[in-house]
Amino acid sequence: MNKEDRKIVLELKDIHKSFGKNHVLKGFNLKLYEGENLVIMGKSGSGKSVMVKSIVGLIQPDSGSITIKDHDIITMGQEELDFLRTEIGFLFQGSALYDSMTVRENLEFPLRRHKDKVKNFEGTEKSVTQALESVGLLHAIDLMPAELSGGMMRRVALARALILKPEIIMYDEPTAGLDPITSNEIIQLMRTIQKEYNTSSLIITHDVDCARVISNRIILLVDGINYAEGTYDELSTSSDPQTRAFFKN
Amino acid sequence: MSKENSILKRSKSFFAEIGEMAYFAGRFFKEVFRKPFEFKELIRQCYNVGIRSLFLVVVTGFIIGLVFTLQSRPTLEEFGAVSWMPSMISVSIIREIGPVIIALICAGRIGSGIGAELGSMKVTEQIDAMEVSGTNPFKYLVVTRILAVTLMLPLLVIIGDAVALIGSAMVENLKGGVSYTLYFNMAFSSLSFSDIIPATVKTVLFGFAIGLVGTYKGYNCAKGTVGVGEASNSAVVYSSMLLFIIDFIAVFVSDIFF
Ligand SMILES: Nc1ncnc2c1ncn2[C@@H]1O[C@H](COP(=O)(O)OP(=O)(O)OP(=O)(O)O)[C@@H](O)[C@H]1O
Ligand SMILES: [Mg+2]
Repeated sequence: MNKEDRKIVLELKDIHKSFGKNHVLKGFNLKLYEGENLVIMGKSGSGKSVMVKSIVGLIQPDSGSITIKDHDIITMGQEELDFLRTEIGFLFQGSALYDSMTVRENLEFPLRRHKDKVKNFEGTEKSVTQALESVGLLHAIDLMPAELSGGMMRRVALARALILKPEIIMYDEPTAGLDPITSNEIIQLMRTIQKEYNTSSLIITHDVDCARVISNRIILLVDGINYAEGTYDELSTSSDPQTRAFFKN
Repeated sequence: MSKENSILKRSKSFFAEIGEMAYFAGRFFKEVFRKPFEFKELIRQCYNVGIRSLFLVVVTGFIIGLVFTLQSRPTLEEFGAVSWMPSMISVSIIREIGPVIIALICAGRIGSGIGAELGSMKVTEQIDAMEVSGTNPFKYLVVTRILAVTLMLPLLVIIGDAVALIGSAMVENLKGGVSYTLYFNMAFSSLSFSDIIPATVKTVLFGFAIGLVGTYKGYNCAKGTVGVGEASNSAVVYSSMLLFIIDFIAVFVSDIFF
């Protein structure tokens, strides 16, 4: 399908953000089309997490505009923003499970206030077991996060991000710190979910394998701007050495 | 020169912090009356606050009553005023010693707990996760905790006061042969509303201060595990300091009105 015909679900225009003298983002642009898997790659500390956090309103950019499904989130009121956030799933780099709650309570938490927004909602219990089943962790439902391994935590966090059946999912380094087998499982899980729910995904990763398998398109974030853009094959065979350096294994 | 500079810098950041805390308190009052209310979480926090400190409050209350009475006996005996003991003890414990000591203990117990809990939630991005899932974390975490401490501290102080009086009555009973009925009759008859009302208002303010400082420190915790330790530590230091300031003002004000 031609790119231009597809709907844009998320657009970032000319985003700037500094922390004191540290200029992290210097005019970053991005368009996420409906149903696509867009991968963002960049060096550690290049501002990838800052960029996704500004998309969900956790960080206020200094300038620029962010629109999600034609709503400008920067000028949006709190209530409207909370409503829009239910349509976005967010997987944190460190999982960010609530460690005073069991796995079940972790998954129930987003449902407390936003049950009515879930399509075909069949009750809290059913939603929770379904989400856990889809990540293969139904047996861990009554465990505390402290009793889980890193990979299990990531999967529970993924289930939690999915529970409201969001249209857009953002993954901040979904495979970081996991062994190749577990990270492969997570990648396959992401693909299944993408197919099943037809979500648009923004994936931040260092992991070349992950990028190769999952991406429809890749943007390289270098020095605070979108340095290069293209498919995996285009970028990994690019004539620019700095671009190619990202794909050396 | 550099010393002067650092003192200047420190006092500047101290006042900036007071300003930020006032802003934080303002946000609390703005959010506390706005729907949706987190009743379930409030009840859970009240239970936590109460249960976590009940044992400590009972033990300290008992020892305060015991020690205070034992230490005062020789002096009162010298003046032949031992019969004043129940009145003296009840007034001083209920007006001042009970609220202040129990609030200090709770600042150590509850304040540091809240600071550490919210601090580690902040550092591990749990607060961000809450916000992203469409729940207002200020309401869910901060408002409920401040309310819980504000509601529970007066209760804990009443319990502590009661246990202190029991401890004192035991000493009087063993050492002076005063019957429990006589002791409590005397203790209560010397109390008036002007003793109880300012003391209760004070404990409500104490509770609010402990909750506010604990949540403020935790919610604005710096990155890293060092930040969590610091949040928990400074929650205790700042709230203890604030308790004495509030106490000073409360005594001053109640002196004018009562
Ligand atoms: N809250 C903050 N306050 C100050 N500086 C920050 C803050 N958050 C991020 N930074 C700075 O912004 C820069 C980018 O950080 P960010 O976390 O976005 O990196 P990243 O690209 O996600 O790296 P990684 O791949 O290691 O996760 C870093 O230099 C960091 O020090
Ligand atoms: Mg990051």
